[in-house]
Amino acid sequence: MGSLQLKSIRKAFGNNEVLKGIDLEVKDGEFVIFVGPSGCGKSTLLRVIAGLEDATSGSIRIDGQEMATTPPAKRGIAMVFQSYALYPHLTVKDNMGLGLKQAGTEKAEIDTRVAKAAGMLSLDPYLARRPAELSGGQRQRVAIGRAIVREPKLFLFDEPLSNLDAALRVQTRLEIAGLHRRLKATMIYVTHDQVEAMTLADKIVVLNAGAIEQIGSPMELYNKPANVFVAGFIGSPQMNFIPAEKLGDTGAKTIGVRPEHIALSRESGDWKGKVIHVEHLGADTIVYLETEATGLLTVRLFGEHAYAPDDVVFATPDRASLHRFDANDRAIV
Amino acid sequence: MSKARSAPIRAAFIHLALIAYTLVALFPVFLTLVNSFKSRSAIFSQPMALPTPSTFSLIGYQTVLNQGNFVGYFQNSLIVTVVSIALVLLFGAMAAFALSEYRFRGNTLMGLYLALGIMIPIRLGTVAILQGMVAAGLVNTLTSLILVYTAQGLPLAIFILSEFMRTVSDDLKSAGRIDGLSEYAIFFRLVLPLVRPAMATVAVFTMIPIWNDLWFPLILAPGEATKTVTLGAQMFIGQFVTNWNAVLSALSLAILPVMVLYVIFSRQLIRGITSGAVK
Repeated sequence: MGSLQLKSIRKAFGNNEVLKGIDLEVKDGEFVIFVGPSGCGKSTLLRVIAGLEDATSGSIRIDGQEMATTPPAKRGIAMVFQSYALYPHLTVKDNMGLGLKQAGTEKAEIDTRVAKAAGMLSLDPYLARRPAELSGGQRQRVAIGRAIVREPKLFLFDEPLSNLDAALRVQTRLEIAGLHRRLKATMIYVTHDQVEAMTLADKIVVLNAGAIEQIGSPMELYNKPANVFVAGFIGSPQMNFIPAEKLGDTGAKTIGVRPEHIALSRESGDWKGKVIHVEHLGADTIVYLETEATGLLTVRLFGEHAYAPDDVVFATPDRASLHRFDANDRAIV
Repeated sequence: MSKARSAPIRAAFIHLALIAYTLVALFPVFLTLVNSFKSRSAIFSQPMALPTPSTFSLIGYQTVLNQGNFVGYFQNSLIVTVVSIALVLLFGAMAAFALSEYRFRGNTLMGLYLALGIMIPIRLGTVAILQGMVAAGLVNTLTSLILVYTAQGLPLAIFILSEFMRTVSDDLKSAGRIDGLSEYAIFFRLVLPLVRPAMATVAVFTMIPIWNDLWFPLILAPGEATKTVTLGAQMFIGQFVTNWNAVLSALSLAILPVMVLYVIFSRQLIRGITSGAVK
């Protein structure tokens, strides 16, 4: 069990309003990711859910119970932090068991749960060590283990992979995905990395400047972004935005086209342009063009292509994959 | 560092300067120690010379240990110093934690108010303190000294410790709250161990002026039963005749306990630094 309802959550630090009325429904067993640029309020929202910050107004319900005045330890949550936040003076085992000990759980029960979590995360050989004797990846696994041991209704992750190197990040990401499948627990995860968001989430919440821009599954956000912000934030390289008037479209203000939805040709096409720069990534080739019709354009081609700077090329967008946005930056459906 | 290693002349100059400073700093201590083992005439005839078999004398130490109640004075000094340090560290750390951890109205003002004592010498308030102690019936008690020294040590302690406590990871405290630790447990079990090096620094800074102080023992607790070592040593200094053997021996003895305390605290300091690892 572990559902969460947020109703018009507001949070202000002095005159600075960080969260401007957040409404959100998380169903039992869902993996929800908050994503957004730095300072958009995603971590603050997570801390409000955890009870580490009080919301200025609004209601938080976990499993239907109002939590506004419940202290963090009694909310049935567990949290994994970016900096791991392990207790430096305790062994791995005590780190994982401390929460249960504080809650007055019996020692035998604590031992079983710690052993189970340690088994899941292959931490058995390290149980007697202190955090200082572990590598970064192991520390993050201990932090995750500490959360699992509590058997919480809600798992909260605050950018758990940001301090890990690239290879370890992918590995730990897979572990977290596997964990979600096995535990079938509700998880809320904060990240600024859209790849993490796209690969892990059942549901992504895109936040910007303290407000929700769009909620949806990864593919919904990719295929049907609700506005210019989401369209630009989801997808890499970023979507090309072209002023509609340049293309003779009077019904919209901006036309968006993703780099992967543009075809290039040396002979003919819609927009004639000159190659400025090419990035060869092996699986992809990213071509940056300057065209008369659209200005700077990013094109993503699959596989290897032999374009070079100063080549003259023609770009043709896939008509079916164009995104049109109105004067308020909202998508025209 | 590598640059200094590649320039041996520069390194030599640096070491020369450091050695010179060490000599200057240690010279009075050396003079005190050496002369405390000499006879009275040898102190005056050859103050710089090391004790030789003919000039060696323990008369100073004998005078100190036989005359007056020096063991008692030592005990008084130790009680006052240790209790004051303990109180300064406890209250200083608590105030520093409150100032650095919690957002409340007047937080900055309160911090400034508490730091004010660094800038205003407590001795300016001697008359008022004495009046207060007389009114409270605390004159000639160790309590009066402990209270004054605690007040004297707190501003710097709060200032240093609150800066250090700001560096303790917020996530760690949050993790503690989620695990159900009380605010006191977070303070005592998570934060204090991490700021131990700072605590040791504060302890050393607090300890030395208290141990060496003559002013407040003289004014607040000059009675025989509450004399501290520094005050006790004064009885050998007369207006016309000073028993130098006894004064130097008393001072040499007074160095010992403070050395022991210093070694204990500096151990803590080093251990704190090496066992760090917040993450």
